[in-house]
Amino acid sequence: MTGRFSWFNITALTLGFAFLYLPMLILIVYSFNESRLVTVWAGFSTKWYVSLMGNDAFLDAAWVTLKVAVMSSTLATVLGTMAAYVMVRSGRFLGRTLFSGMIYAPLVMPEVITGLSLLLFFIAIGLDRGVVTIVLAHTTFAMCYVSVVVSARLVSFDRQLEEAALDLGCTPFDAFKSVTLPIIAPAVIAGWLLAFTLSLDDLVIASFTSGPSSTTLPIKIFSAVRLGVSPEINALSTIMIAIVTLGVIVASLISKRAIVRQQEDEQKALQK
Amino acid sequence: MGQSNGKQVFAPWENPEEKPIIRFGGVTKRFGDFTAIDDLTLDIYAREFFALLGPSGCGKTTLMRMLAGFESPSAGTIELDGKDIAAVPPNKRAVNMMFQSYALFPHLSVYENIAFGLKRSSMPKADVDGRVGEMLRLTRLEAFARRKPHQISGGQRQRVALARSLAKAPKLLLLDEPMGALDKKLRQDTQFELMDIQEKTGTTFVIVTHDQEEAMTVASRVAVMDHGRIVQVATPDRIYEMPNSVYVADFIGDVNIIKGNAKRLDEAKTEVHWAEGQAPFLGTTNSEVQSGAACFFAIRPEKVAITMDRPKSAANAVSGKVLDIAYLGNISTYHVKLATGEIFKAQMANDRRIARRSFTWDDKVWLSWTDTAGVILAR
Repeated sequence: MTGRFSWFNITALTLGFAFLYLPMLILIVYSFNESRLVTVWAGFSTKWYVSLMGNDAFLDAAWVTLKVAVMSSTLATVLGTMAAYVMVRSGRFLGRTLFSGMIYAPLVMPEVITGLSLLLFFIAIGLDRGVVTIVLAHTTFAMCYVSVVVSARLVSFDRQLEEAALDLGCTPFDAFKSVTLPIIAPAVIAGWLLAFTLSLDDLVIASFTSGPSSTTLPIKIFSAVRLGVSPEINALSTIMIAIVTLGVIVASLISKRAIVRQQEDEQKALQK
Repeated sequence: MGQSNGKQVFAPWENPEEKPIIRFGGVTKRFGDFTAIDDLTLDIYAREFFALLGPSGCGKTTLMRMLAGFESPSAGTIELDGKDIAAVPPNKRAVNMMFQSYALFPHLSVYENIAFGLKRSSMPKADVDGRVGEMLRLTRLEAFARRKPHQISGGQRQRVALARSLAKAPKLLLLDEPMGALDKKLRQDTQFELMDIQEKTGTTFVIVTHDQEEAMTVASRVAVMDHGRIVQVATPDRIYEMPNSVYVADFIGDVNIIKGNAKRLDEAKTEVHWAEGQAPFLGTTNSEVQSGAACFFAIRPEKVAITMDRPKSAANAVSGKVLDIAYLGNISTYHVKLATGEIFKAQMANDRRIARRSFTWDDKVWLSWTDTAGVILAR
């Protein structure tokens, strides 16, 4: 029997974490590099962060990305939740398997094909490429993810709760709004966050559907890197890592506190 | 309403003038190839506590869901207060339901759960508070108004569900296995509480249950169902004492059934010839039994007396050997094997201490009962 911290466990842990985080760590370290050369350490400096703040092209791209992510994830959440609701609630009907398959197909579709087909579609209907087309494109594929997350929750949702709401005088929409939605809210929020991150880091579909005035951050970084990695990009990436880390920590704290509060309440209920 | 001992007896079903609150007229419900309800006709009267009793899959829940509006009949009509309710959606029906799982809204407090239906009616805010308070007092939940459903016990949850479904003062309250999740002791207390609340509020209750004891305890009338049909509708005592079929006799309580041939003696008395060389059994019967036809003799174990010697004046007597004794505390059930091989159950109240019990295994005993104790059934 090996203990909890046997040499094997420690080695496995170190290797695993190194594999996951060493590249990022290097990126973060070099973002504070004095030198213009990315791979040569020349002392600590925050000058790349300062110069990033003055780089309008990057800031514009960041702003576009944020706008696209918020809009597309919100739209995807609404549509994905609706799709999940219909698929879970409508029971069996002719072609149900086909329909549900079609909702989830974009999950496995190569992004290049999705991007290309959307591009052709936008050209066909004469829609100028810009923020709107990226939002639509991101909504299309993020919707599937939201639908998967929300329908997983809806499957275990007690249908009698909705029936009880109807029985007590709710219209079907009122029942959804005042009973179903509050209960499945965590899944809906999780779906939104997933859609948001997917949109934030999408490169392939965005490059097919973006126009000249609407470059997103991933496109910007990718094209900048092809001209050589500038320490500015390291700085930008570090900021993104920080934001994501912060988001994850806040989200886990919120859910942890909710669990603790619920346990406290249950404890109180038991004591009475 | 009939008079008995100078006291008004509640029996609207015996009064032809009385209009039923619920009328099922030839209702059929099919799910694909499966017929859940088969051409069912039934009247339920105002202020009744009506029990739908049957094994799972007999259609009792479907019947209830049709009353609530969650299912619509494939054929036939359902009338509430004389009006066909087929086209009325659940949220517009003056019918409320207490769900088997209680279906309490987990994100709302006890207070908000009870107020949920009232807030969706035209009731002013101030009256909602008053009504919820009234419901909390009725179900003794005043102290738990601010709790969430997961913070209270199963019995309390059950009372919240009841309060919530009663809050809108429905014409009809449907209870789907309301005590299924409670343990036996709590269930018995709750049954009496439920009867008390039904009496106080004057609401018509329809309860679905598979527990015959529960149906017998709470209901003014019981409908025994089987395969989408109603086999018998009657008061609990008539269901028990005068079952119309072997199915009902067997479903409600314990019973000995002996197959035989009927020989009618007069209007009420019939003999059953059940074995070669054995004296026939004498019992009461309904009009369905034909002389000479095959029939079933049904007798409840508690109506069978067990003695060492043959009783002199008994109308029916048969001898056998004690095979098994089930000691249940208040009563003991004796399984007695007759000479012909049939096994008869007889019950005796244990009004003496255990040490002085008179029979034991393999004793030769006599079983006897009166000429009115057994019922003769055609099917």
